[in-house]
Amino acid sequence: MNAAGIADRVRMSYPEVVVSRDEASVSVGRDDLLAALGSFRDDPALRLDFLSSVTATDRPGGDPRFWVVYELSSSELHHRLRVKVGLSEEDPRIPSVTALFPTADWHERETYDFFGVVFEGHPDLRRILLPDDWEGWPLRKTEELGGVNTRYHGAFIPPVDRRTS
Amino acid sequence: MPVERLEGFQTGRTPGEGEEEFKRGLLLTTLDRAVGWARKQSMWPVTFGLACCAIEMMATGAGDYDLSRWGMELFRASPRQADLMIVAGRVSQKMAPVLRTVYDQMPEPKWVISMGVCASAGGMFTNYAVVQGVDTIVPVDIYVPGCPPKPEMLMYGILRLHEKVRKEPAT
Repeated sequence: MNAAGIADRVRMSYPEVVVSRDEASVSVGRDDLLAALGSFRDDPALRLDFLSSVTATDRPGGDPRFWVVYELSSSELHHRLRVKVGLSEEDPRIPSVTALFPTADWHERETYDFFGVVFEGHPDLRRILLPDDWEGWPLRKTEELGGVNTRYHGAFIPPVDRRTS
Repeated sequence: MPVERLEGFQTGRTPGEGEEEFKRGLLLTTLDRAVGWARKQSMWPVTFGLACCAIEMMATGAGDYDLSRWGMELFRASPRQADLMIVAGRVSQKMAPVLRTVYDQMPEPKWVISMGVCASAGGMFTNYAVVQGVDTIVPVDIYVPGCPPKPEMLMYGILRLHEKVRKEPAT
């Protein structure tokens, strides 16, 4: 099915659908996420049976500030659908989809690691790439790029434009 | 061969005296010089390739450049058998404790070459994930600049380290 066909099919139950550059995206509310992904997976016309990626984007000052993005694809029908959920700055919590798609486990851990989005109901939500004792969420746009402690006995290295020698 | 031409065994005596000793089958030196000479002649690097610099380090060890000319072709997989760590590549924050552990496991005496600009100062990775200079974690003897350094540059750094090791006191 092409993007317009997917959009028509999805629009029946979730109206906020956008088609751009031959890609279909649908925005759903946080409370509808599990039902939406489950219905897309089980709908015989869509058969979106593979969750290829979970990630997030950050727009400081925007409302919602965070968009958690789920990329679904169908291994049988060879089409894709993007599902987005907006989250506010004060309450970046979202239900985990590991019960529907077990592959979401590490994807959600990575999103938690870098953006600080909390996936409720995740079986093992800890940092996956950064050191366990890391403080902060480095892919948030409000984080400083440099000026962090070296992770051994706490040497501090200032950002490159503030180094003296 | 006159004795003063044997590198590392120069005695400080006049050539005539040394010549005499040599004829008698004796070779005189100080313990420091003999030990330094021995250490320099057979360094065993530990494998610590972290990024693209490791490719150049491997090229240095391979046939074209041939580190075995200086008795160094044995890159040890175990730090307990090594005395030189060539930090080849950028060190991520998560790798930093690992690198220090490997360094701590190497027996004394030991030396460190920081290969490339990333290991020396962070290089192009001026961000949260990469250690801005491996000298914040381990003491560095030789910094080799470059991105990545050519094998000739690494060899030059190694030869400068050899000079340093040869002149170091034994204890």
